[in-house]
Amino acid sequence: MHTETLSHDMENFQHEDSGSKIIFGFWIYIMSDCVLFASIFATYAVLHNNTFGGPPAKELFSMPYVLTETFILLTSSFTYGLAMLAMHKMNKKQVISWLFITFLLGASFLVMELKEFSQLINEGNAWDRSGFLSAFFTLVGTHGLHVASGLLWMTILILQVIFRGVNPTTIVKLTCLSLFWHFLDIVWIFVFTIVYLMGAI
Amino acid sequence: MFGKLTINAIPFNEPIIMLTGLVVAIMGLVIVGAVFYFKKWKWLWNEWITSVDHKKIGIMYIIVAIIMLFRGLADAILMRSHLALSAGSPHGYLPPHHYDQIFTAHGVIMIFFMAMPFMFGLLNLIVPLQIGARDVAFPFLNSLSFWLFVVGAVLVMLSMFVGEFAATGWLAYPPLSELAFSPGVGVDYYIWSLQISGLGTLLSGINFFVTIMKMRCPGMNLMKMPIFVWTALCSMILVIIAFPVLTVSLGMLALDRYLGMHFFTSDFGGNFMMYINLIWTWGHPEVYILVLPGFGIFSEIVATFSHKRLFGYTAMVWATFVITILSFIVWLHHFFTMGAGANVNGFFGIATMIIAVPTGVKIFNWLFTMYRGKIIFSVPMLWLLGFLVAFTFGGMTGVLMSVPAADFQLHNSLFLIAHFHNTIIGGVVFAYLAGFTYWFPKAFGFKLDEKLGKMSFWCWTIGFYLAFIPVYILGFMGMTRRLNHYDIASGWQPYLIVASIGTLIISLGVGFLVVQIIVSIMKRNQYRDKTGDPWNGRTLEWSIPSPPPFYNFAIIPKVTSRDAFWKTKQDMVNNNMQEKPHYEDIHMPKNTGVGFMIAAFSLVFCFSLVWHIIWLAIVGFVGMIACVIFRSFDNEIDYYVKADEVEKLEIEILNRNR
Repeated sequence: MHTETLSHDMENFQHEDSGSKIIFGFWIYIMSDCVLFASIFATYAVLHNNTFGGPPAKELFSMPYVLTETFILLTSSFTYGLAMLAMHKMNKKQVISWLFITFLLGASFLVMELKEFSQLINEGNAWDRSGFLSAFFTLVGTHGLHVASGLLWMTILILQVIFRGVNPTTIVKLTCLSLFWHFLDIVWIFVFTIVYLMGAI
Repeated sequence: MFGKLTINAIPFNEPIIMLTGLVVAIMGLVIVGAVFYFKKWKWLWNEWITSVDHKKIGIMYIIVAIIMLFRGLADAILMRSHLALSAGSPHGYLPPHHYDQIFTAHGVIMIFFMAMPFMFGLLNLIVPLQIGARDVAFPFLNSLSFWLFVVGAVLVMLSMFVGEFAATGWLAYPPLSELAFSPGVGVDYYIWSLQISGLGTLLSGINFFVTIMKMRCPGMNLMKMPIFVWTALCSMILVIIAFPVLTVSLGMLALDRYLGMHFFTSDFGGNFMMYINLIWTWGHPEVYILVLPGFGIFSEIVATFSHKRLFGYTAMVWATFVITILSFIVWLHHFFTMGAGANVNGFFGIATMIIAVPTGVKIFNWLFTMYRGKIIFSVPMLWLLGFLVAFTFGGMTGVLMSVPAADFQLHNSLFLIAHFHNTIIGGVVFAYLAGFTYWFPKAFGFKLDEKLGKMSFWCWTIGFYLAFIPVYILGFMGMTRRLNHYDIASGWQPYLIVASIGTLIISLGVGFLVVQIIVSIMKRNQYRDKTGDPWNGRTLEWSIPSPPPFYNFAIIPKVTSRDAFWKTKQDMVNNNMQEKPHYEDIHMPKNTGVGFMIAAFSLVFCFSLVWHIIWLAIVGFVGMIACVIFRSFDNEIDYYVKADEVEKLEIEILNRNR
């Protein structure tokens, strides 16, 4: 019986594809990214009252605008999920179209965020105004930077799916980006709650 | 065009630096010339620079670590000799600004560019062999990690000759490290060299975590892993959790300096204690990242050289795990003087003291392993004995300082300096040198010279006590760290002279180490180990030839117990059966230069950021991204070694070692 388990293990070992290792490794990367965001959140929590005579959170943000942003990003997560369903059905055309829609939603989220930033800067409330605004721009900006790199990655994956189709390699890549994209969504929910909702109180 | 970079960035008026620069330049030219002369560029590129073989990457890590050990040691000698001479009015021979850079560089180099690469070198060499794997989980990422780390080291070395290094102490506390008080490029060099090598470390951490979790050979469940693999696993968990915090704290410091933000400035609502909290949230786990694999090395050595299985394997694993967790809840003991209040200080003080318990468990496990063992006092075993005494001593001074009330007296005094050198030299350096001696024959196929190794050990040990016992005393006498000069009436000078002599004896130990390596290479035929198992080892790395073939294991081993190779040897004695091996095709990764290219672009990127050369920074950044995208489109990343070829190679190795 003992040898039997061993030979069974052996088989698994031989058949262990690199895909599962990559996805597991990517999970671990996301966990470390989570710690990165946690540190920035902690800094924001410490500095959020240090306005140094500048405007506090309450006076800065427009809630309907941010809510629109939020829904756009949440929808993009949903459409990415549809792309994954299409991927499991090996439907190349659908994968590409859902990815494209996700890309558009992600890009509009980013544009809205940049517009909010430029408005704040134009009003004289840039990151060098106070410790609070430094923390705000860094926290929201880091998330935005992640979204931007996610969009670049998505572009490349769309190209790879177009030229190479849905195959084991692209499936692993799509799965990793899916993890990343949903992770950014979750982080945004925390940003929305802690920065905007709690700031508005 | 060139940002802040002008010809004045080169410190022509500093004779010490220029002379060092000259020596480094000549040495560099000699090496480059030698490579040209022997026409080895192609070999260097194909066999080493583009290699994704974990063994070669491990060797390269250790080579860089030893080079950086020299730089750090030179800094130490400069500081110690300066202090021995700087009583009274002459103020020593180093100008204050240079002296400040030296103590900063010493700390940064010894932790980030000596200890870390030495650890990753040993991990790279041994972990895949001990778990019966053919490579790490992501071989390309491994090569990338190594080259990113090299970029960090290059930046630190470059800062000596082009511009300056930080003059802030090794953790660059703000507000001193802010633009207002450190307007030069020193802190920028500090930030970017640590960011880029830290990125490499994080990638390595993920890589080894996945390797250990996913690539163990059949039968090796977690509780059958060698202790070194366990400690490596826990150390990598710490890397994965701690290094993002370092990235964030240095990133915020960079934002303060580059974009005028106010995280840690003393006005505009900044809070510099935030930096100190964040950096120690990384910094305390960091010391366990370094020392846990050290504990693992000694656990392997003590069992091998006592010819007994390790006493208390399960306790050892749990002790490692408890230290892993506790290391995250003690960071505040680095600044009890912040004034967080008695309750907070009390919590962190007690948490710190509790760490002594699992560490004590480990010490007793090693002692009980030796008890009634057939001990062979070879060089690695000597390092173990030296370690047991030094580390216990250093640990106890640490417990002393964990009492907040005592710490208020000892904070930032030389007592602290003596304490952490006591644990880092006595714990980390001794362990890595022991591991180096122990696994050297595995990597190269011949042993190191015993006699010279013993001389090196005794110089290190005697020099260490001579160098740091006076420093403890100086701490009690009230001498604080980072002093440039002092009053002759303080009575410190005699102790500082003794400490300098100690440092020289340690240097002699390093000298013997180098002589040992050279002599052993020259006498390699005499020291050749043809069995692959020179120490009568217990774990899987000794079951294959030395140096191992590039695929490590021709046949993936099956494991049924701890000390798997020991068990195999016992079984072989009992039934003496020899089956004809059955080979299969081996799946291997292809070499690639992309990791090296990404790192090269990252060097351009970081260097131009240091000097505010915006266009060049953009070139570097786009280059990095382009390389990653190129790699993403590359499908030709692996190949198969056919079964009959494996058989041919194995027979060749057998014949060579006959």
